[in-house]
Amino acid sequence: MNLGRLYAIAFKETLQVWRDPRSLAIALLMPLLQMVVLGYGVSLDVRRVGLCVYDQERSQISRELVERFTASDWFRINAKPPDDRAVREAMDRGDCAAVMTIPVNFSRVLAETGKASLQTVFDATDVNTTNIATGYAQGVVGMITADFESRWAASHGVQPPTVGMIDLRPRVWFNEGLDSRNFIIPGVVAIILGLVGAQLTSLTVSREWERGTMEQLISTPVTALELMIGKLAPYFMIGLFDAAFCLCAAAFWFQVPFRGGVGTLILTTALFTLVVLGIGYLVSVRVRSQLGASQIALLLTMLPTTLLSGFTFPIDQMPAAIRAVTLFVYARYYVTIVRAVFLKGSTIGDLRLPVMSLVLFAAIIIWIAARSFHKRLD
Amino acid sequence: MTEATTEVAVVARDLTRSFGPVVAVRGINFAVTRGEIFGFVGPDGAGKSTIMRMLAGVMRPDSGTITLAGIDVVANPERVRTYLSYMPQRFGLYEDLTVDENIFFYATLFAVPRKLRRERGQELLEAAGMLPFRRRLAGKLSGGMKQKLGLVCALIHTPRVLLLDEPTTGVDPVSRRDFWSILYGLREHGVTILLSTAYMDEAERCSRLALVSAGEIRHCDTPARLKQAMPGALLAVATANARGAYAALEGVPGIIGLLLMGDRVHARVDDAARRLPELRGVLAGRGIGDADVTRIEPGIEDVFVALLGSGIAT
Ligand SMILES: Nc1ncnc2c1ncn2[C@@H]1O[C@H](COP(=O)(O)OP(=O)(O)OP(=O)(O)O)[C@@H](O)[C@H]1O
Ligand SMILES: [Mg+2]
Repeated sequence: MNLGRLYAIAFKETLQVWRDPRSLAIALLMPLLQMVVLGYGVSLDVRRVGLCVYDQERSQISRELVERFTASDWFRINAKPPDDRAVREAMDRGDCAAVMTIPVNFSRVLAETGKASLQTVFDATDVNTTNIATGYAQGVVGMITADFESRWAASHGVQPPTVGMIDLRPRVWFNEGLDSRNFIIPGVVAIILGLVGAQLTSLTVSREWERGTMEQLISTPVTALELMIGKLAPYFMIGLFDAAFCLCAAAFWFQVPFRGGVGTLILTTALFTLVVLGIGYLVSVRVRSQLGASQIALLLTMLPTTLLSGFTFPIDQMPAAIRAVTLFVYARYYVTIVRAVFLKGSTIGDLRLPVMSLVLFAAIIIWIAARSFHKRLD
Repeated sequence: MTEATTEVAVVARDLTRSFGPVVAVRGINFAVTRGEIFGFVGPDGAGKSTIMRMLAGVMRPDSGTITLAGIDVVANPERVRTYLSYMPQRFGLYEDLTVDENIFFYATLFAVPRKLRRERGQELLEAAGMLPFRRRLAGKLSGGMKQKLGLVCALIHTPRVLLLDEPTTGVDPVSRRDFWSILYGLREHGVTILLSTAYMDEAERCSRLALVSAGEIRHCDTPARLKQAMPGALLAVATANARGAYAALEGVPGIIGLLLMGDRVHARVDDAARRLPELRGVLAGRGIGDADVTRIEPGIEDVFVALLGSGIAT
């Protein structure tokens, strides 16, 4: 290992990134863009579900019912269609996620029998929203029912039923506001690092092949290891810079509670960056065109990170086979770590399993990458 | 100096390399002495670049051995790196780096001390006439400038063996003169130069030439001796209608070879004294009366055609 040659490679690589508008955009603009898009755009919270109310009765009771729905933050009444056809159209157009129909004789049936049914049709094309909205609707109706029951009992001179009522008192930890943004944003850092790190490094060797600079480069005394380290060094710095930017944005801009140690975060982020750069470099060595290399790098980083890292879809909800696959999705360990450090304030000790997994991944990938480049044209 | 000139710098033995069904280099042998300028000449696809690549240790031969500065290149390509410089046929420098940055890069890879780098860089750029362009991006240089920059980068560490694959293709005559004066200067310092070229005037400047065709070295000697080895004598036909003359002379007895060279036709004949008047007669008979037929000394191109049976594009 010759430090001079290492420096020459790193310096040259830095100049090239600096002078390549595309690389520069990936390095500097991409994190900003992704942070805004993912930070503001991706939310698992279901709020203000569009609700159509088809009130056939228009009584005092029905109006009260509608008011209770409106009063909750969960629903937003966005149409009051006058007839069946208008209901159908509103649903087809996607104006509302649910339609609640209050039948003509709703209050009469309720008053006479103490029971009435309220049909609500959900647009289940969005399964997740439907599941959650159904729960909300049940919650709202449950509260209304309790009120109506006590009123009905009072007007009939009997005690409201008190048997079998178990009161569940949930208390949530770590993300007290149940804000899904606190869950998503730490994971965004993994996405951005994967994107930026692997995208940039995937170009580094393939560019030399494509532009014809590799032939002369391999005729010099530079070693494969010097080439790898020299080439990765600038991207490592860019990766850490981008990570710092994203993590600061998470903590200060999006106000995700930060309860852990900065050192833990830096160390694990550096480890994750190494894995990502190793993958990018490996692809770059194997694929001799820049376009091909960046596509494959995208496939190897973005896809598993968004889908299988637990970034959006919880891993323990996945089928066993997929869950087994996620063991190889290096990003899942980092996502776990960042979330835990942010929200739970976990230490390296608490996180030894994911941290060791990352160390293992980094070691294996860098080792393979270092061995896969040969100073040969064929 | 006498001892130095007899020292063998590069030896290739039974060098062979195929690409699938294509045999690019077919068991070639040669030895180059220290301080020689050894040229490979041959048509496109003859295998010149493949030979250069194997010598530079960037491509492995299928079989055969190469010894360069006493080191076995095939077995230890890394050990020979500091002794050689290789300039590929395709421009191999960084177009998004400036002239100075490219020089710095290659100087550092070869561990040239800073002071020496400055001196040599200055010296070489001056010799190449490139001092005003130090801060220009390599991609913004003209074709000739690029090639000269390639040479400057190749020479920044004073190699013992210099490998140049068609270094002056696309270089204007003035730049080529700069180029060659640098090469002659190197020879004085005992640097061994191996180059491939498609220019005949350049081939004549080599101390020895290898005529390469279909992966084989057909002939290998000094330009002067190659000319002597050419069978027959050469007659030049100068006329306004060179194509017509060429057509008229085809199949005429006594003519071994014909070569159309711009506004002239070179006819290789078995006996100059006897055939000269005959050719005049044939041409006059075909209405090409203005033809001026003279005996000339053959150029390398003529030798090449005579020995290989085909021309090479220049
Ligand atoms: N990497 C390769 N893969 C497949 N075939 C190749 C490769 N390199 C060279 N060849 C083939 O080997 C033969 C010799 O090629 P080479 O480039 O050595 O010729 P050359 O004399 O340098 O030609 P030119 O004057 O056009 O540069 C050609 O037929 C070429 O198609
Ligand atoms: Mg060639």
